[in-house]
Amino acid sequence: MNIAINTTMNTTKNTTLHTWVRTVAAGLLIGFAGLAGAVQPTTTALPGDSVYQLPLPLTDSAGTTRDWRNLRGKARVVSMFYTHCQYICPLIVESGKAVERQLTPAQQKRLGVVLISMDPARDTPAALMKVVEQRKLDPARWVLASPRQEDVRAVAGVLGIRFRQLADGGFNHSSMLILLDADGRILARTEQVGSQPDPEFVRAVRQATGG
Amino acid sequence: MRKPLATWLLLALPLAGIAAGAVVSGRYAGLPGGVFKSVLRYEDAKNGVRIKPFALMRKPVTNGEFLAFVKRHPQWQRGRTPAVFAEARYLSHWAGPDTLGANALPDRPVVWVSWFAADAYCQSLDARLPTWNEWEYAAAADETRRDARKDPVWRERILSWYARSSKDALPRVGLQSPNVYGVQDLHGLIWEWTQDASSLMVDSDNRNQGDPDKGKFCGAGALSMDDRENYAVMMRVAMLSSLEGRDATANLGFRCARSAP
Repeated sequence: MNIAINTTMNTTKNTTLHTWVRTVAAGLLIGFAGLAGAVQPTTTALPGDSVYQLPLPLTDSAGTTRDWRNLRGKARVVSMFYTHCQYICPLIVESGKAVERQLTPAQQKRLGVVLISMDPARDTPAALMKVVEQRKLDPARWVLASPRQEDVRAVAGVLGIRFRQLADGGFNHSSMLILLDADGRILARTEQVGSQPDPEFVRAVRQATGG
Repeated sequence: MRKPLATWLLLALPLAGIAAGAVVSGRYAGLPGGVFKSVLRYEDAKNGVRIKPFALMRKPVTNGEFLAFVKRHPQWQRGRTPAVFAEARYLSHWAGPDTLGANALPDRPVVWVSWFAADAYCQSLDARLPTWNEWEYAAAADETRRDARKDPVWRERILSWYARSSKDALPRVGLQSPNVYGVQDLHGLIWEWTQDASSLMVDSDNRNQGDPDKGKFCGAGALSMDDRENYAVMMRVAMLSSLEGRDATANLGFRCARSAP
C-alpha cells in the first residue's frame, strides 16, 4: 500500500489526511467491536439479504463509533435524515415516535429506532445529540448516527432510500421508515410519515416485536 | 488510501494537453471541466451544473476485465455475493462463477451487474463510478463537438439504437468511433450505472410532474426533465431512477471515472 506516498500528499491536503486518519481510526474501532462481538450470542452467519452485510461504521450522538452490526439482535425501525432539515425530517422523528406509541411497553422494549444521517459533514455527535435532547428521544431505544461520507450512498442503497444533495447543502430524499428484523432483513417499509402512522406498517412492527 | 499519487499524475498529464495515452494506460480519457446544462431540471442549479475536470474510461468494462476482478475478489463471485448487494440474476449469463462461456465473450461489455458490484470494481482500481452529470456531459459530445445535443441528426442516430431489439447479442466494446474526448460507446451499446443513480428521483408517474410536493420526496421534490426533446437521455434517467442498487439487467453495465486533483 502507498502509505508513504499518501503521507507526502497529505501534507498539502490536510482534509485528506484527516479522512485517512479517521478511516484508520474507524477501522481500529471496528476491530475492537469485532472482538467484543465474539463473546456475544449472535454468532450465526448473517443472512445474504441482511442489510448488515454492508460494513458500516456509525458514529452516534455520544461520539462512539461502532459497526452497525451491533444493532443486530433486535428489530429496528430505520430511516435516513439530516439535522439541518427544517420540514420533513422532524416529521421522520415524529413518525418513529408515532409508531412507538402504537406499541405496548413490552413491544417498545423489543424495538429500536435508528436514524442515519445523509449529511455526515455537518451531523457531528453534538449536532445529533441536540436532536436527541430537543426531541426528548430515549437513548435506550433511539440511535442517531452518522456514517462516513464515502458510505452514505451504499447505506442508502441497501435501504432503498434515494437522495440528492442540493446546491445549498440540503437534500432531496425519499422519506421512508424501514422495518428490519433482528438479523437486518427488511420486513416492511412505509412512505407515510407524520403523526398518523401507516396501519399496515404498525401491524408489521407489532408482529416483529412479539405480537 | 483511495487516491494514490499515481492517480494524480495519470490525470494531470492528459488534462494538461499532453498526449499521454500510454501513461493513462490507454484506459481513461481526460475531460476538462465546464458548466453544463443537464437534461434534468435542477431547481437548485438553473444555470447549469459545474463539472470539475475528471477522467472517464474510454470503454465500458468488459466481461474479461470483470472476470479478473472477481478472481481477485471472490466475494464478488456469482453465488457468493450477498443478495443485499446483487440480485439472483447477477452475472447469470456467465458459464460459471469464474468462467465466461459463449454468452459472455471477454471483449463484450459486462452486464447483469448490480450497482454495488460496479462500485466495488471501480474502488478496486482507486476509481469510482461517474456521477450522472459527468456521464451526461461526456455523452453530449459527438466526434467533433463537445455538445451535439441540439443536432437532430445526432439525436436520430442515438435514438435508432433504442429501437433495436435487446435480444441481439451485444457487440464488442470499442467498435464505435471515439467522441471528441476519446470516449467510446456512451451510446449505442449498453445502459450504464452512475454513482448517484439513486439520486435520480424522477417520478415515473407523469401526473405528479406539476406537483412535486405531492411526491414522496423530502425537500424541493422530484426532478423533472428540462429538455423533453432529448428522449435518448431521458430514457436513461427513467431507467436508472427505476432501479435499486442490487438490481441487474441484460443491458446494464458500467465504466469507471476518476476525479482530477
